[in-house]
Amino acid sequence: MKKNKIFHLPGEIIPLLIFFSLWETLGRADLLPWKILFPPFSQVLTEFWYLTTSGILGPNLISSFIRVVIGFSLGSFSGLLMGIIMGWNEVINKTLNPIISLLYPIPALGWLPLFMLWFGIGEILPILVIFICSFFPVLYNTFAGIRNVDKNYIYVARTLGASNIKIIYTIILPLALPYIFTGLKLEAGMAWRVIVAAEMVAIPTGIGALMMKAESLLRIDIIIVCLIVLGIMCLSLEKIFVFLEDRLTSRWR
Amino acid sequence: MASIRLENVSKYVCKKVNLKINDQELIVLLGPNGAGKTTLLNIIAGLIDYEGSVFFNGEKVDHLPPQQRRVGYLFQELNLFPHLTVEDNIAYGLRARNHSSEEIKKRMDELTKIMKLEAIVHYYPKELSGGEKQRVALARALANYPQILLLDEPMNSLDYQTSKHLRTEFRMMQRRLGITTIYVTHNFYETEEMADRIVVLNGGKVEQIGSYQEIFFHPKEAVNNFIGSPNILKCAAYRELGLGLAEVRCGDISLLVFGEGKRISEIVILPEDIYLSNSRPPGPDINRIKGRLVKIEELSSSMVYCTVNTREVSLKVKLSKEVFDSMRPKVDDEVWLILAPRKLKFITENNS
Repeated sequence: MKKNKIFHLPGEIIPLLIFFSLWETLGRADLLPWKILFPPFSQVLTEFWYLTTSGILGPNLISSFIRVVIGFSLGSFSGLLMGIIMGWNEVINKTLNPIISLLYPIPALGWLPLFMLWFGIGEILPILVIFICSFFPVLYNTFAGIRNVDKNYIYVARTLGASNIKIIYTIILPLALPYIFTGLKLEAGMAWRVIVAAEMVAIPTGIGALMMKAESLLRIDIIIVCLIVLGIMCLSLEKIFVFLEDRLTSRWR
Repeated sequence: MASIRLENVSKYVCKKVNLKINDQELIVLLGPNGAGKTTLLNIIAGLIDYEGSVFFNGEKVDHLPPQQRRVGYLFQELNLFPHLTVEDNIAYGLRARNHSSEEIKKRMDELTKIMKLEAIVHYYPKELSGGEKQRVALARALANYPQILLLDEPMNSLDYQTSKHLRTEFRMMQRRLGITTIYVTHNFYETEEMADRIVVLNGGKVEQIGSYQEIFFHPKEAVNNFIGSPNILKCAAYRELGLGLAEVRCGDISLLVFGEGKRISEIVILPEDIYLSNSRPPGPDINRIKGRLVKIEELSSSMVYCTVNTREVSLKVKLSKEVFDSMRPKVDDEVWLILAPRKLKFITENNS
């Protein structure tokens, strides 16, 4: 394991180092006419340090983070619940499927103008958009996962005396986990992409709003700092689910 | 434990099936694929809707869901829960029925000991061998003290040795526990060492019910086709040779068999258990018969039936196309047959 890590790390770091050096060189070269629009990497780093220590980045990041966490948790929990109900009960599935099939393809951001009019500009808006963006994919993946569970496992559990509720949480959900995690991993990144767009359009706080302010002040370095932070947040959330999935399913899969 | 009675039970291919199974009996349900064997098991377990009635100990159970029928069911694919360890798989039913943890522990100790699973209780199903999976699935089916045990082709995926060993073990355990059992298989050989009675099912109908001997020696037409038209030889003379061996004369041939000290009246051998050779086989002249090939029938793209006559006896031999092609025998050729003593089944005069 250890040996692996030692050899693995430079493999990932070297391309990044090359990338950052190239960036720095190009940013500092006088050749480029658009130098002002392309700050070197060191300047971005300095700005990152300033934004962090001056308390500008932190609160904006926390605002976005809270919106993502609330919207994503509510959305995926409801999607999970609905997916279980639809996967288990054929009547409910047949009733709701046409409606959901109609709503699912609408891009989450498409709802924004409607929600702005219905709910006004406030905290509920980005949360609702993230809710929509995580609800449907988690629902569909949970549904697919449940439908994919071999019926014989359910038969076995029945003959062993398990009630339907017990069968759902001891057999069906654990076996559907790989599918559910596929949905969660996809949507964890997507939630960050959507929140930025929502904040850019309508909300005065958050990373998206900070980027819009930077744009109006021609502060390219701040925009890049925000982009890097967003990249890290997306990646971390996805990695958390990869880790959780691994912990929960790798022993038996 | 419980007796089982099916009264005019219908579902899918099964049409008005009537069947009575005695308490503590081990019934083998034999039939080709698509005969309705699994459907019957699912009906008894209450897993599917059906017409007609099922009785346990004379009481109707049609209204009972599977959870309340107290049936242990071993599925063809075993279906061990992949996300649970051996221990959790076995204890699943006990936990589902809310047994106390002391009770569960006691029962687990008992079952892991009987099934020889002590060493692997913390393993996941993917880490087990075929035979181990089998034993875990059986332990799980038995954990809840079921009154009836249903086994659906449980030995299908195992090699011959393991499956024979497990069958013997299972039969001993079934006798000891006295649990009424239905064992489904399409393999006639599996039935011999197990069944109290065999029920032959074909096209959703019960074709014949009887002991192994009755079915093997006196199969009805439809059953005959399924078990492979055995050669039946009437025995004219019988002579004990000592050491458990006996010599039997059937028409103009004489055969050496492992006798039981009782006079043998009929000998049966399946066509696939006779070896055919186009030259005189090496070795002692025991159970080797010279005859004339009188008929060649192609059964399928891979199997060939040959009929070989001696002066008084006619024997059918089934061989693979590959073997047949390597010898290329023709009608009227002189051929030799070898009948392995262990493959010869017989009826003694007492039980005929």
